[in-house]
This record gives sequence, structure tokens and C-alpha cells, in this order.
Amino acid sequence: MTNKITLRSDNMMMGLFALAILTMPIWLMPIGASYPDLMQKFAIFGIFAIGFNILFGLTGYLSFGHAAFLGVGSYTAVWSFKLLSMNVVPAVIFAVIVAGAFSFLIGFISLRRSGIYFSILTLAFAQMSYNLAYSVLTPITNGETGLQLAKSDPRVIDGLFVEAGAGIPSTNFFGIPMSGYSGFYFCAVLLIIGFYISLRITRSPFGMMLKAIKSNQNRMSYTGLNTRPYALTAFVISGMYAGLAGSLLAVTDPLAGAERMQWTASGEVVLMTILGGVGTLLGPMLGAVIIKYFENIFSAFNETLLNNIFSFLPEGLQEVVVSVVGLFVGEGWHLTLGILFMIIVIYLPGGLVEGAQRIRDFVGRKRQKKTSEAHQPQIAE
Amino acid sequence: MGILQVQDVNKSFGGLKALHNVNLDVEEGAVHAIIGPNGAGKSTLLNCFVGRLKPDTGSVMFNGTSLLGIAPHEINQAGVARVFQTPEIFGDLSLIENVMIPTLAKRDGAYTVNAWGRVDQAAEIREKAEHILEDVGLVEKQEMHANSLSRGDKRRLELAMCLVQEPKLLLLDEPTAGMSRADTNNTIDLLKRIGERGITKIVIEHDMHVVFSLASKISVLAQGTVIAEGAPEEIKGDPRVQEAYLGGAHL
Repeated sequence: MTNKITLRSDNMMMGLFALAILTMPIWLMPIGASYPDLMQKFAIFGIFAIGFNILFGLTGYLSFGHAAFLGVGSYTAVWSFKLLSMNVVPAVIFAVIVAGAFSFLIGFISLRRSGIYFSILTLAFAQMSYNLAYSVLTPITNGETGLQLAKSDPRVIDGLFVEAGAGIPSTNFFGIPMSGYSGFYFCAVLLIIGFYISLRITRSPFGMMLKAIKSNQNRMSYTGLNTRPYALTAFVISGMYAGLAGSLLAVTDPLAGAERMQWTASGEVVLMTILGGVGTLLGPMLGAVIIKYFENIFSAFNETLLNNIFSFLPEGLQEVVVSVVGLFVGEGWHLTLGILFMIIVIYLPGGLVEGAQRIRDFVGRKRQKKTSEAHQPQIAE
Repeated sequence: MGILQVQDVNKSFGGLKALHNVNLDVEEGAVHAIIGPNGAGKSTLLNCFVGRLKPDTGSVMFNGTSLLGIAPHEINQAGVARVFQTPEIFGDLSLIENVMIPTLAKRDGAYTVNAWGRVDQAAEIREKAEHILEDVGLVEKQEMHANSLSRGDKRRLELAMCLVQEPKLLLLDEPTAGMSRADTNNTIDLLKRIGERGITKIVIEHDMHVVFSLASKISVLAQGTVIAEGAPEEIKGDPRVQEAYLGGAHL
């Protein structure tokens, strides 16, 4: 049973998505995730994963270096805060442009190869960027300490309009401070726009070409299509998404460090996309939310908390249970993530979205069976 | 002067001489069959036409321009389409998408970014694709994934993908290999029907039944050399051809 994709069904999905994102503070309350810092992370990493999916999910190129663009976006945004203005608009725009240019460069070289060689090339570039940011480029990145704002920063544009205050000013959107809920809503609106763009790309002739690259590059060439510029365009678009996400990290917390570019950060976005569902529209967002949620919840557990939870058990047993469970929470929450990831990859290679579809199909089939039994001669519509 | 002119093409792989001074002149509108025993160099020759291989020496001229040293997509944009021995299709996409992609490639060129339009609302392209699918008898299956087709249907689909581009020259590499007799006859009928469109075709084929029902001219290749050339009746009676097929051709 295939669901036909139409403009109407897409508009409906878009509306529901926007509604779900904007009402996050309400429906996330029961699971204790409705505080702004965490929701900002959901939105930011959602953007990162949605952009990554355009390259990985649609085009079939697995990049292991996307964190480099995230880092570039953050550094650019902080420099925009330092030199130009604490307004977030120029910071976001510059970050997207610079990350786009940077990804053009890396993509241009990496896309000479495909498959595992492409992945290794992107990984190598990202690690180079990380090491450069850490050491050689210290004048730009402030090395180990990370790039921070200072009271003595020029802030040229701000200087024209307002008198410098006593402390370091905070990031703002034309006067609205970008912390707490207003920061979340700023990220949420950009997430919704980003999701809409990815939806349009997926449904467009360009998106169809990207899927064709994933499916059969040979046939692409013999059909008169030049695959490399298509793949490069997809690479740059996803790099720009990463730059946007990086700039938003700096918007909500104005500092940038080299660790943002490390390979673990690149790996995380791969996990998010696979967990949610590679090549699906909603999957990457879902994966981002789940990973960031688990990171927050499980890493906050500690021994005292566990002892409280398992206090109903007899003393000896309680100790054993707490020490075993303790491995999977706190610092060890990656162990939980790893197990979850293994289960998904083995049993649901299409990610959580595939799981949801299977459940829907199963329920649909049951219902269909019932109706066809009820009206024997008629064919169920 | 023919639409495709091949002159003194040589190609070696290591010590093996796959093609030796091959000359070929394909007339416009003809169905030119290339036959020969296994390992005669038929597929190698075809690969030299589409940019997959580059001959060591010699020239391949199509409509007055050289096909050597240019990329496969440029050769296709010049009007050469190819059906492969094992069908090369977009397996993860639906049939209609499989055919819409070459239609777009023909209309918009090798690289166009249209990231805002909607595929499901591109009526003109869709109609054209549906029309071709109807010609090859696959229109009812247009929403299916191409991977789920039978081998015969995959070939039909690949043929549709080539035909929708209205190429000047169509290369068919064993279009009926591994097909049942009934499927083979269907394919012959189909190829005859599309013959009316005036597309020049080069067919590589093992099945003599197919060759003699389609071809207007035949070249026989053995050990990398053209050993005979002519109308089907001439080739049928040529003793050298029979020798090449029966035992090794010692020239």
C-alpha cells in the first residue's frame, strides 16, 4: 500500500510539523524536556540532521566531516558578534555563507571519489580543520580556550546606534534577547523554514536527480546528466544547513570551541539520521530529538538517584542492580545509545520512521480485514 | 557518409589485443548488427562509442564530431543512447521517475537546479513519460519500484528510458540475452515498431533469429577484427563467418 504524495498531503505534513515544533514547550512538559536550553538543542540539531539528510539520505554520500561546517558556522557567528553587532541576523547570514563556501571547497575535492573513499576524505578534512582550529589558527579561533566575547570588542554597527553598556552585551534579535524561550522560538522558526526547504527539494526535479545519483550513477551519466555538480550542490546545501546550526549554537550561547568540529560530533549527526530514518523527511528531526533527550536525561542520572529509584529492593539486590544500571547512565549513557543504535540498525534499518510505518500498515491491514469480512462481496476501498 | 564512422580503432588490455584496426560505417536510419563469437570485442567496441573506454588509436566520429575524450553524459547529450547487457536502471525509483529523468535530461541539459518545482505537477514531462511507457507496455506498472520488475520488463524500461530522449543513435547490447522465446519475439516486435521512428540502431546480438529479423546490415567481428560485412543474405552464406562461429577463426 503506497500513500500517494500530493501537494495537499505535503502541506498538511508541513502544518503539523510547524504546530508540533511551536507547541514543544507544552507537550514536552510531561517528560521533563520543556526547558528552553534543551529545546534549543532539539531545534538546532534538527536543522543539522535535516541538512545532513539531503546529502546522505537523498544523494547517498556519507560524509563523516560535517561537524567542520558546524564549527565554521559557530566561529563565523561569534566573529560577527565581536566585530559587527550583537544582532543575530548578520551572524546567521554570514555563518551560512562562509560555511557554504567552505563546503564548496571540501566538497569539490572529496566528491572526486564516492563510497568509503569519499567518507574517509571528508573525515580527513574535518580532522584537519579541527587540528587547525586547535593550534595553528589560534589568532582566529583562540585555540584551546575557544572564541569568546570580550568587553573590548569593536562591534562597529552596534557602536553607531547605542552607547556601550557596563558589561558584555547579550545576543539579540532587534532588541529581543536570544536566551530562554525567545531563543528557542528563533531557532524553531528557522527549523521550520529549513524543514520546508528540504521538503521542497525532496519533491523537486532536483531532488529526483539526487535520488537517481544514489540509485545508479552509471545510468545517470549515460542518460546525459553530469553527476558531479549535482552531488556538489547537495553537499554545499547540507554544509549551509550545518553552518546555520553552528551559528545558532553561538546565538544561544555566544562562544565557539574547536571540539565542536571533532569527529564525534560528525558521528553524532550520522547516528541521528540513521536512528530516525535515512532519506525520510521527519526521521532526522526525530533522531536529533531522541539523541539529545537521552543525552540530557540519562547523563543526569547519578548513584544517589538510582539508589532512590531501586530503594524498594532488598539491600544486597539493590546494590547489584544499581551498579549494573549505573553503567548505562551518567557518564556511561553512550552505552545506552550504542545498544539502542544496534537494535535499530538490526531490526529497523529504515529507522524509527520505518517502525512507525510498519505499525500503521499493520493496523491498516487489520482494519481492512475487518471491513472486508463485514461486507463480503464488496472490495474494500 | 554514415552517421557513425569508426576508423582504424585499436584497443589493447595489457598484452591482449581486443580490437585490431576496426573500421565501421553506420548509415543513418540503418539497423546495423554486430555479431561474432564470445570475446570477439563486440562490447569493447560499444564501450568505445559511449566514453566508457578510450581506444589506443583511431577515431570515432558521430555526425561529424569526435566521440573520443569526452564524458559519457556529453556523448548522450549529442544524441547517443545505450541499452546495457544487464539493465542499468534507477532501481529505487518508480518506473515513471525512471523515464522522467531522461526526459528532463534531454530538455534541460546535463545540469539544472530546479529545486522548487514539484515532480508530481510537471504535467508535460509526466505525459511524455507515460506515453513512452505505454509504447513498451509498462504503463500500468508506472508507480512500482523498478527493482521489483522482471528482467524482461527491466530491459523494456531501459529501452523506454532511451527512446524518450529521441536519440539519433541507439546502441543495444544484447537486448534479448537471457529471455524466453516469447519475450524475445515481443522485444523484436517492439524494436521493429520503434524502427519506424527513424532512429539509427547498432545491435550486438548472439541470437541469429533476432539478428536476421532486424538487421539491414551486419558486421562480423572475430578476434578484434571485422572479417565480413554486408546485407544479411550475404553474411548468411559467407564461409568465413561460418568458420568463425564453428571454430577459431585463423586468419
